[in-house]
Amino acid sequence: MSKIVESMYSIRMLDDLARKDTAIHKIHPAAKLLTTIAYLITVVSFGRYEISGLLPFVLYPMVIILLAELPAAQIFKRLLIIEPLIIGIGILNPLFDPRGWISFASIMIKSGLTVTACLILVSTTGLDKIAQALRTLRVPGVFVLQLILTFRYISLLTEELARMLRAYVMRAPLRKGVRLKDCGSFVGQLLLRTSDRAQRVYDSMKLRGFDGEYHSNGESRIAWRDVLFLISWSLFFIIARIHDIPAFLGLLLERVIG
Amino acid sequence: MSGQRIIEVSNLHFTYPDGHEAVKGISFTIYQGESVGIVGANGSGKSTLLSLITGVIFPDKGEVKVGDVAVTKKTLATVRQKLGMVFQDSDDQLFMTTVYDDVAFGPRNYKLDENEVKARVEEALDMVGIPHLIDRAPYKLSGGEKRAAAIASVLSMKPDVLIMDEPTSGLDPKSRRRFINVLKGFSHTKIITSHDLDMVMETCNRVIILKEGKAAADGTTLEILTNGELLDDCGLEVPLSMQKCPVCGTCKQGL
Repeated sequence: MSKIVESMYSIRMLDDLARKDTAIHKIHPAAKLLTTIAYLITVVSFGRYEISGLLPFVLYPMVIILLAELPAAQIFKRLLIIEPLIIGIGILNPLFDPRGWISFASIMIKSGLTVTACLILVSTTGLDKIAQALRTLRVPGVFVLQLILTFRYISLLTEELARMLRAYVMRAPLRKGVRLKDCGSFVGQLLLRTSDRAQRVYDSMKLRGFDGEYHSNGESRIAWRDVLFLISWSLFFIIARIHDIPAFLGLLLERVIG
Repeated sequence: MSGQRIIEVSNLHFTYPDGHEAVKGISFTIYQGESVGIVGANGSGKSTLLSLITGVIFPDKGEVKVGDVAVTKKTLATVRQKLGMVFQDSDDQLFMTTVYDDVAFGPRNYKLDENEVKARVEEALDMVGIPHLIDRAPYKLSGGEKRAAAIASVLSMKPDVLIMDEPTSGLDPKSRRRFINVLKGFSHTKIITSHDLDMVMETCNRVIILKEGKAAADGTTLEILTNGELLDDCGLEVPLSMQKCPVCGTCKQGL
């Protein structure tokens, strides 16, 4: 029960963070989205045994978290949630591949970096504005709408689930969870209740002139600052991809000491 | 009745897919500036009637006209711009991340420019007395504040008619009083469905009683809500403010 309520708050936390007003939050959503995409592509493009080259990419999330005043602990907590999944994917590598531990580490680092980048994007931009950015980039409205409504449906689902669980627990105080026997009708009820509720929300949208196109916060213009943000980070990603910066720094240090 | 005809409902029939006949031949006309309370027991057809007026569902027989326009699939966009519907559960109506975005949702859908949208949002929030909540997240508001935000979200569309489904349900006494005062300040034509007959008494000048999908009575508020026999027959009772004092057994002065 409390876990459900907790996850409800954690979804809303991303929305709350997105409403902050830092230099990073002010950057145009499209610039942030493109920068994130560039980041994801370069990180993923590293070979399975290249680890040292990935290290400079820690800089991007670190800088953004600091500048956007995001609670680093909360972001990393969310990152940990998906780690078991990643471990599941990579754990067999050391068994079949003599250099498996390296490729396993590379998977862990890559997933950590990419998921953090996405969490940062959502918590500095907000899903509404990401949707707006996607529309600016000419992504078809239907897909964008799906994304937005799915995101909204999650909170609706958790709210309804929390309500039903409360009613259940109050009448079954000795049980820890929902009995397997009751699960079928429980899940069925949840589906019916949330779809009813979603229908009402949709009605209220239609009654206010909703025609399938999602208009959020007006159309803000892209400024030089936004272009600079995109170009400078992209340049950094490209340089870090082509040159092995940690190896170069190591070499430099060796010479200085030598 | 003077004034321009705003809503005309004629011989409306509606049956749900499961065979439940919810509305059986309701007819009435609402004129500009009227405040009409639609009351009736649970399951008497109030919510179905509101859905039919707003074009969420369409009648099997009969017609709804808003102004001179019949409510059909083709005219929905025009019709809905004139109708502002406040839902019973404010959570159904508030789904954006800030109060501002929620109130701006309607105007933005009608493609107004962002300055006009901003002006309308501020005006609507002023009208319901919550300008300070403009940047708050709707789910963090109290019940009364949510109701006010939901009303603002339709006021921003500058509707001709305000339609409210159970607007005082779930409000604490102070919030309810505040809401009634706000409502009295509006010059809009209003349609209010409610079980809160005291609120209807204060805010409406005309009352329509529904009973089993039909209009059982239609008249001035005072005439209808003082008719104990009629109300009892329709599963209602005389408003508390009209009942005798439980201590001294007399009626309130001035009523």
